Amino acid sequence: MIVQKEHYRNLMLNGMRVDGRKPDEFRKIDVEINPIYKAEGSARVRIGETDVIAGVKIDVGTPFPDKLDEGILMVNAEFSPVASPDFEPGPPGENAIELARVIDRGIRESKTIDNKELCIKKGEKVWMVMVDVHIINHDGNLIDAAGLAAITALHNARMPEYDGEKVIYDKKVKKLPVKYKPVPVSLNKMGDHLFVDASIEEEEVAETRLTVTTKDDGNVVAIQKGGSEPLSIEEIEKAFEIAGRISKDLRKLVK
Amino acid sequence: MKRKDDRKPGELRPIVARVGVIPRADGSALFSMGRTTAIAAVYGPREMHPKRMQSADSAVLKTIYSMAPFSTSERVRPGPSRRSHEICKVTRQALEPAVFLKEFPKAGIYLFINIIEADAGTRTAGINAASLALADAGIPMRDLVTAAAAGKVGNDYFLDLEGKEEDETKCDLPIAYMHNEKKITLMQMDGDISPKDARGVIDAAIKGCEVIYDIQKKALMEKWGYKKPHAAEKKEPAETGEKAKQAKEKPAEKKVEPKKAEQKKPAPKKSTKKEVKK
Repeated sequence: MIVQKEHYRNLMLNGMRVDGRKPDEFRKIDVEINPIYKAEGSARVRIGETDVIAGVKIDVGTPFPDKLDEGILMVNAEFSPVASPDFEPGPPGENAIELARVIDRGIRESKTIDNKELCIKKGEKVWMVMVDVHIINHDGNLIDAAGLAAITALHNARMPEYDGEKVIYDKKVKKLPVKYKPVPVSLNKMGDHLFVDASIEEEEVAETRLTVTTKDDGNVVAIQKGGSEPLSIEEIEKAFEIAGRISKDLRKLVK
Repeated sequence: MKRKDDRKPGELRPIVARVGVIPRADGSALFSMGRTTAIAAVYGPREMHPKRMQSADSAVLKTIYSMAPFSTSERVRPGPSRRSHEICKVTRQALEPAVFLKEFPKAGIYLFINIIEADAGTRTAGINAASLALADAGIPMRDLVTAAAAGKVGNDYFLDLEGKEEDETKCDLPIAYMHNEKKITLMQMDGDISPKDARGVIDAAIKGCEVIYDIQKKALMEKWGYKKPHAAEKKEPAETGEKAKQAKEKPAEKKVEPKKAEQKKPAPKKSTKKEVKK
């Protein structure tokens, strides 16, 4: 294993990858829309062998006291032990929470969902949109896969009927009002090079990670640095450029 | 655009930085900016528990960030939240590049950050306090880590947003910065902003970090830089015999001397290293 890691490291230091991809090249991406019938909207995204499902459930609840006329958006992620020997059962760990919060921030800050449209009766009843991300197989780059799955699921979500007392899930009334397509692009730094869509082995040897979420007009809506090595300002600017370019292609996959 | 508390766009809130505020801890610090106050304590390096968390070739920096229930207008529920989990992670990763963790294999360095009053910028205040506490504990470090947040309101880049400004900013971008290497160890952002503006906000935050860096150094000097002026004072009586007259003639110069000595002192990491050797 150590020899293998050394091999990955040496290749990456020279801007190369084990599977022959270019630094800014994704693995094959496959997006399946609404694989889960019971969910209001869902999407399954496979990037290489990474496999992620996002499901949207919609319910009626009471608004937060400081935002009485706004609906509620929640993003949660579960790193199920089925997906990797490194995932342990139990409450979500640091990485799961970070992933969920980065995706949440991208959707929230870009105002992809207008929370005011989700208000049923001010101060009493609002729609709650809950996005849950499940990792089925972990082969690296979970944030990008989960982000793509979450936004695709939202774009394909249909709101159930509400008769004033209970939610009728069998009747879907209209599409969930979703405006933009914010997608995260994670870059892994090794030496002087930045790599998109790192495999799990590449993630393990990479020095540090920077996730940049951009929306349709090219604006940055969320940034998150992970990993324990510093980055220079030049590297960050380069990351903005790559993320802006790559996200255009990813956005075409959201239908 | 004018700021609510009449600060200039690139001006920080009033800062208080003190080192050694918790005598029981191996290292501790208080850092406050305006109405945000963080207290950090470092225990260790000591044995890491549980043992499976140990790392064979380096120390583990165990970081716990928590907010006091009374720190915000709405009570914070005690115990870890999703937000605090994330902040623990990014804080740890912001500090790790600066600490020589490989010096203490299998050990644990326990870092506790308590926010006792919150008015935006708690993670940056926490990092500033934490890096002072680590230096205070005599843990060898490459550099102090300094953190500051900035945002864009109207057309201006506002440094160190306070609570009310956070509502109207187009983005909130905290960074942590290592001064000597000019590198960024933490970066997060939420908002909606063009890449060009993001660069402007980063630059504004770095400027803030540089100001805070000097304040941090001064805070360390107040505790650890004490010995030199003391030694200089001891020398004085010996010199009085020869230089008593000169001293009387130029009293103003004498007063300046200890200040000069302070300024010329080496970076704090070196001073803390000396403490370790003891």
